[in-house]
Amino acid sequence: MEKGKKPISRKLDFGSLKGWLYLLPAILFLGFFMVYPLIDVFVYSFEEGYNSASQTYFGTGTYNYSYVLHDPYFLQAVKNTFLLVIITVPLSTGIALLISVGLNSITPLRNLLQTIYFLPYVTNTLAVGLVFMILFKKTEYSDGLVNLLIQWFGGESVDFIAGPYWAKMFVLCFYTIWVVMPFKILILTSALSSVNQDYYNAARVDGTSKFRIFRRITLPMISPMIFYLVITGFIGAFKAYSDAVALFGTNLNAAGMNTIVGYVYDMLYGDSGGYPSYASAAAIILFAIVLTITCINLLISKKNVHY
Amino acid sequence: MKVVLRNLTKKFPSRDKKNRGEVIAVNDFDFEIPDGQLIGLLGPSGCGKSTTLNLISGLLKPTSGQIFFGEDDVTNLPPEHRGIGLVFQNYALYPHLTVRQNIQFPLENRKGKEKLSREEMHAKVLEAAKLVQIDELMERKPKELSGGQQQRVAIARALVKQPRVLLLDEPLSNLDARLRLQTREEIKRIQKETGITTIFVTHDQEEAMSISDMIVVMKDGIVQQIGKPQEVYDSPENLFVAKFLGTPPVNVFEGRVKGGKLYIGEDAVLDVPAAGDREVCAGIRPEGFLLQGDGPFCCGLKGVEVMGRDVSVIATNDAAMSPTVRAIVNAEDMADASPEALTVRFALKPRKVFLFDKKTEKRIAF
Amino acid sequence: MEKDASKQYASVGEGPSVNYAKMEQSARTRRKVLSAVTYVLLALWAVIVLFPFYWMVLTSVKSYSAYNSEYIPQFFTLSPTLQNYVDAFTSVPLGRYFVNTIVFTVLTTAIMVVVITLAAFAFARLEFRGRNIAFLLFLSLMMIPNELVIITNFVTITNLGMRNTFQGLILPSVTSVFYIYLLKENFEQVPDSLYKAAKVDGTSDMKYLLKVLVPISRPTLITVTILKVIECWNSYVWPRLITDDENYYLVSNGIQEIRENGFGRENIPAMMAAVVVISLPLIVLFLIFHKKIMAGVSRGGTKG
Repeated sequence: MEKGKKPISRKLDFGSLKGWLYLLPAILFLGFFMVYPLIDVFVYSFEEGYNSASQTYFGTGTYNYSYVLHDPYFLQAVKNTFLLVIITVPLSTGIALLISVGLNSITPLRNLLQTIYFLPYVTNTLAVGLVFMILFKKTEYSDGLVNLLIQWFGGESVDFIAGPYWAKMFVLCFYTIWVVMPFKILILTSALSSVNQDYYNAARVDGTSKFRIFRRITLPMISPMIFYLVITGFIGAFKAYSDAVALFGTNLNAAGMNTIVGYVYDMLYGDSGGYPSYASAAAIILFAIVLTITCINLLISKKNVHY
Repeated sequence: MKVVLRNLTKKFPSRDKKNRGEVIAVNDFDFEIPDGQLIGLLGPSGCGKSTTLNLISGLLKPTSGQIFFGEDDVTNLPPEHRGIGLVFQNYALYPHLTVRQNIQFPLENRKGKEKLSREEMHAKVLEAAKLVQIDELMERKPKELSGGQQQRVAIARALVKQPRVLLLDEPLSNLDARLRLQTREEIKRIQKETGITTIFVTHDQEEAMSISDMIVVMKDGIVQQIGKPQEVYDSPENLFVAKFLGTPPVNVFEGRVKGGKLYIGEDAVLDVPAAGDREVCAGIRPEGFLLQGDGPFCCGLKGVEVMGRDVSVIATNDAAMSPTVRAIVNAEDMADASPEALTVRFALKPRKVFLFDKKTEKRIAF
Repeated sequence: MEKDASKQYASVGEGPSVNYAKMEQSARTRRKVLSAVTYVLLALWAVIVLFPFYWMVLTSVKSYSAYNSEYIPQFFTLSPTLQNYVDAFTSVPLGRYFVNTIVFTVLTTAIMVVVITLAAFAFARLEFRGRNIAFLLFLSLMMIPNELVIITNFVTITNLGMRNTFQGLILPSVTSVFYIYLLKENFEQVPDSLYKAAKVDGTSDMKYLLKVLVPISRPTLITVTILKVIECWNSYVWPRLITDDENYYLVSNGIQEIRENGFGRENIPAMMAAVVVISLPLIVLFLIFHKKIMAGVSRGGTKG
C-alpha cells in the first residue's frame, strides 16, 4: 500500500512542476515588464526629485502630483483629451451605428463596403495621418484640398494644422473618428446581423414602422454591444496620442495639442524628458480618470442595458 | 375570412453553385380555405409548407399565382396590411419586454384614426391574455416563462390585434411531449372560440390529424391531397400520403394484380375485381389484418407486443418493402394462436387495403 | 361568451374596404427612397475612407515640381513618375526602416506565439497546483493599461543598456494576456478524449501540443499572428522611446523622422511615396486575409 502510493504523489509533483514550466516564459515576461513596473510606477510617483542620471531622490511625498496638476502643459493636455473624448466617442458610436444599420439593410455590395470600411484599421496611424495633414494643411504653394473645398462653398479658408485651436481640434477629432470607425462598424454590424430575423418578421407582420422597430427592438437587442463600444471607446480616446503626433508632429506642447498620454511620454523622454516621477504621477492620474469614467459607464449600463 | 390560394408558385434561385437554376418550393398550389376553419399544412421538412405559410403572411412574395383574403387580392400587399397574426416556431418574443409589453406591441403600432387609448389597449391586452390563460404572468419577462407559457404569449400577441387570419409555424415543435398534447387542445379551443381562420404548419401527422378541420399534405412543393383528416387517412390518393399518415405506418408490399386477384408473393390475398392486371404496391394499414387460421396471407412470425386491448403482431414477408410487417389485432384472437408458431395467417379488411400503381404510385380503385 | 368573441373577431375582416393598390404603391415608393438614401450615405462614407488612400497614391506619383505648382490640386495626373519612390529609398534610409520593422515584427510575433502557446496549453490542459489562482492573476493583468507600465520599462531597458537594440524593442512586447486567454479558450474546445487517447498511447505533452492541439487550433493561431503583425507594424510609442539611432528606427518613427527632417526641403510627393511603401504590406495582408482579420478583431481586438 505504502509503496504503491509514493510514485503517484511524486508524479503529481512532477506534473505541477511541468505546468509551471510551461508557464515560465509568460510569467517571466509578464512579471518583468508588467507586474514589477506596475508597482514601480507608484513608487516613482511618490519619489520627489528623482534624478535619472544618478538614480537618487531626496524624499517621498505627493509633490510630483501637485507639480503635474499645476503644470499648464498638463492642464492643456487634460483639456484637449477631454474635448477629444467628449466629441469623438458619441459621434463615432452614433455614426458607426447609422452606417451599420444601413449596411445591414442592403444585400448587394454589402461585403465590399464592409471590407472597405475596415481598411483604416490595418493602416499605420502615423503614415495615414500625414495624408490628412497635407489635405488640411495650408502652405505657401496651396491652401490644401479641404480649404479649397471650403472656399468653393463660399467659406473662409483656415489652417487646420497650424491655425486656430478649434480648427486643430476639428482635424484631430475627424482623424480620430476615421481611425476608430472600422472597429465600431465591425462590432455593430455583427451584433445587428446576429439579431434573429424572426423578431423583425414578427414586428413587420404587426405593422411596426421601421423607426419603431429600430428603437424598440434593434436598439435594446444590441444595447450590450453599444455599451461595450462606449466603454472601450472612452478608454481608447483617453489614451489618444499617435493620432495627434501624426497630424501635428512630435512637439505637441508647442502646437498646444498635447494629450495626457503625450504629456507622460514627453516627461519621460525627448527634449523636455528625464522626469520619470512626473510621468508616473501623470500616468496614475490618467489611470484614475479612466477607471472612474469606466465605473460610471458600467453603472449607467447596468441600468440601461437590457439583459 | 376565407382564404383563397390560386395557382400559387414560389421559386428560389438554387443555392447549389455547381447546378445553377431554380428550386421550386411551392408548385401550383390551388386551394380555397373556408371561413373559420383550422387547417393543418403537413409534410416532411423541405416540402414547402413553411414557404406556403410565409407566402400567405406576405413575408415572401409568390413567383406567380394569387392570394385572396375574402374578396381582396392581397398577393402584393406587404404583411403589415394583411391583418394576419403570425406565431413563430421559436415564438420570437422580444426578450427585453415583459409579457404585457409583448402583447401590447402590435397595438402600439396603430396610427391616426386607429390609434387606441391606453385604457383600450389595456383592455384588449387583458382580453387576449385571458383567452390564452396567462393573465397571471403579465409582468414577467419571456425568459422567466416555461416553453408552454411562451407559446401562449406568442399566440396572445398574434390575437390581440384581432387578425383576419391566424398563422402558426410549427407551433408545438419546441414543446415536450406532454405539453404538446395539452397545447394542441388549447389551440383548437382558442380557434373555436375566436372563429378565426387558422392555418398551421407541422411535420407531425398525429398533431395535424388530431386538431385540424382539414389537412393539406405536401411533398416537394406539390400538394398531394387535401381533405378532412379521416378522409385522407381512409383513402389516400397516393403512396406517399398513405405512408405519411398513421402510426404505426402502413405496411407496403410489392404485388401484382392478375385476373381480379391481388397477389403478394404467391398468395392471392384479396379479390380486386375492378383493378386491371398490373404490377402494384399494396399498402395495408396495421389494423387491416385479421388473424385467421385459414387466411390467405401467410407471413413469418417474429414476435408479439402486447398493448392491452390490442396486440401488435410483428411479422415478416419477402414481398414487404420494409424488414418487418406490423399488424394490430384483437388480443382475444391472438390468444387462440400458438405462440410457438413460425408462421401466421391473415385475412385482410378490404377497406384498409390500398393499391397503388407501381410506376406512378397513384391509387387504383378495386 | 363564446359567441361574442367569435363575432368580434370575425367582424374585423368585414371592416371598411381599403384601397390595397394605393397602399402597395406607397409602400413600394417608400422602400425605394429609403434604399436610395441608404446607398448614398454608405457611398459617402466609403469615399471618406478611401479618399486619403487615393490621395496618397496620387500625390506619390506627381513630380515634385508639378505638385508644388498646383495651387488647386489636380485629382489625377497625366505624367506619373516613380522618381519619388526612388527618392524615398535613396535620400532617406527608408529601406533600413523597412528591414528593421520586418525583423522586429517577425521576431516579436514568433516569440510571442511560442510563449502564449505554452502558457495557454498549461492553463487549458495541464493540471498543477495553483493553476486557477495563476489564471485569475493573469486575467487581472488584462486591465492594466500599457501607459502605466511603460515608464518603468523605459527606465529598465535604459539601465540595461538595451536602448537602440532589437532586444530592447522586442522583449517588452512578447506576451499578451489577452491572446493567452483567447488561445486557452480555443484549446479547451478540443475534446478531452483526444488528450486522454494521446496519453493512453504514451504521447508526451509536448508532442500532443505540437502534433494535435496546434494543428487543430491553427485558425486561431493564424488570427492571433495576423493581429500581432498588424500591431507590431504600426507600433510607434515604444520604439520612439527606446530608439534615437536612425539605424534602429521602425517605419512609424521613420515616417515621423522623414516628416520632420527628411528630404531637406518639404518634399511632399516623396513623403507620400514613403507613406505608400509603409502602408502597402499591411494593405496587401488585409486584402488576402480580410475575412480572418475581421473575424479575429470582432472576437475582441481593439486598436491601441
